Amino acid sequence: MLKILKYSFYDLMRSRWSYVYLAFYLLLGIVLLFLNNDLSKAVITLMNVIIILVPLIGTIFGVMYYYNSKEFTELLLAQPLKRSSIFLGQYLGVALSLSMSLILGLGIPFIFYGLFKSNAIWDFSLLLITGTFLTLIFTALAFNIALSNENKIKGFGYAILLWLLLAVVYDGLFLMTLIMFEDYPLDKLSLVGTMLNPIDLSRTLILLKLDISALLGYTGAVFKQFFGTNFGIIISFITLTAWVLLPVLRIIYKSKKKDF
Amino acid sequence: MVTIENLHKKFGKNQVLSGVNLSITNGGIFAVLGPNGSGKTTLIKSVLGMVIPDKGTITVLGNSIKKNSDYRHKIDYLPQIANFPSNLRVKELIKMIKDLRKPTNEDERLIKLFKLEPFLNKKLGNLSGGTKQKVNLVLTFMFDSPLIILDEPTTGLDPISLIRLKDLIHAEKAKGKTIIVTSHIMSFVEEISDEIVFILEGEIYFKGSITELKNKTNQPDFEHAIASILTENHA
Repeated sequence: MLKILKYSFYDLMRSRWSYVYLAFYLLLGIVLLFLNNDLSKAVITLMNVIIILVPLIGTIFGVMYYYNSKEFTELLLAQPLKRSSIFLGQYLGVALSLSMSLILGLGIPFIFYGLFKSNAIWDFSLLLITGTFLTLIFTALAFNIALSNENKIKGFGYAILLWLLLAVVYDGLFLMTLIMFEDYPLDKLSLVGTMLNPIDLSRTLILLKLDISALLGYTGAVFKQFFGTNFGIIISFITLTAWVLLPVLRIIYKSKKKDF
Repeated sequence: MVTIENLHKKFGKNQVLSGVNLSITNGGIFAVLGPNGSGKTTLIKSVLGMVIPDKGTITVLGNSIKKNSDYRHKIDYLPQIANFPSNLRVKELIKMIKDLRKPTNEDERLIKLFKLEPFLNKKLGNLSGGTKQKVNLVLTFMFDSPLIILDEPTTGLDPISLIRLKDLIHAEKAKGKTIIVTSHIMSFVEEISDEIVFILEGEIYFKGSITELKNKTNQPDFEHAIASILTENHA
């Protein structure tokens, strides 16, 4: 698996898109930090960008890489390699190169800004950790979609749809439910609802780390009571890990049954 | 060497293989023939584990291939259409495959044989079909495995390369290897193969030597013998 990972990673590192992605984060980081000067505001803006952009790039890149490397995959399948190591290697190659672009792209400007001396280092690390989790989750979901759909156009369609659903539609539906049932106690429901969507979960985790969580009012208090505690943080990370593991397990399962 | 029992495979509603029984003994060149869409490639890909059969068992060198990938160390496979990652260079591809399988020095001899030196630093996406096929041949023959599977090896090759390929196949046979070939070029098949396996509508229609096939169909030459099977069964 490590060999496949190496070649996929190497292949992606030579592709222009990895650099475009890296350059985008570098630019974003530099602009936000050096033209803004308010670190916590910069982290919030970054969070908003990461929460939307990372899943989108993860899904699109994942689907694109799978379809583009079809020939490479077929070549590998005839070699004495396990199917699971071929697909896991490719998946990790994509996910790790995307995560690296994110971490380097945002990390370098922050280091120059003097991150290690500032108090925001924990907020910032959390931002990068959730960003990496989101990359792992959405690339895995993208591989699932691509493995199940021979047709490229369909695969891309489903991938975009998935992103739209989790990044936009889910929030809308969630909010509607909360408004419709506002007469009932909704603490538990909203907690569970937030836990089930990795994008919402990441956003809540970061928001609650920042001072602005006081602005969230009563719900914020309930959330803080849950997510603010060690127990809440642990549960959140377990959920995020489950979001990575389940799609990865399905990649293994699906790839074993597929004809090439 | 290879034993296939009661192999069934369906793609959607399309029943491609319906109960193939085949046993291929050690040594010799076996040609798998059949009309387009008869299931030749599916049969070969089943042996390689790229296609998962619905029913039936396949054993290669005494080991069942189910949930197993190590047996592919014993197989050299030449895919039908040489599709390679287009942004890799020829040299890098050869190095990579060696890294994934095992070290060998055979590639240098084969590169010289097929006169591929000028292309080593070119990207695979920029090569012509015939050159890609030569690269494909180098990748296949550079490992010294007891079973060689060639799916349409002649595609795109010029006459000189074709002669070299035939010599190569004969040399491998002389080492006592088993070679399975599919091809639509009947003269090529007639020249190299020891035994014919004819697939029709997902089943083995005929297995035996070329002389036996000629006697069975009462035709004087091989090409007409094959043609007569096809017309009899489709008319």
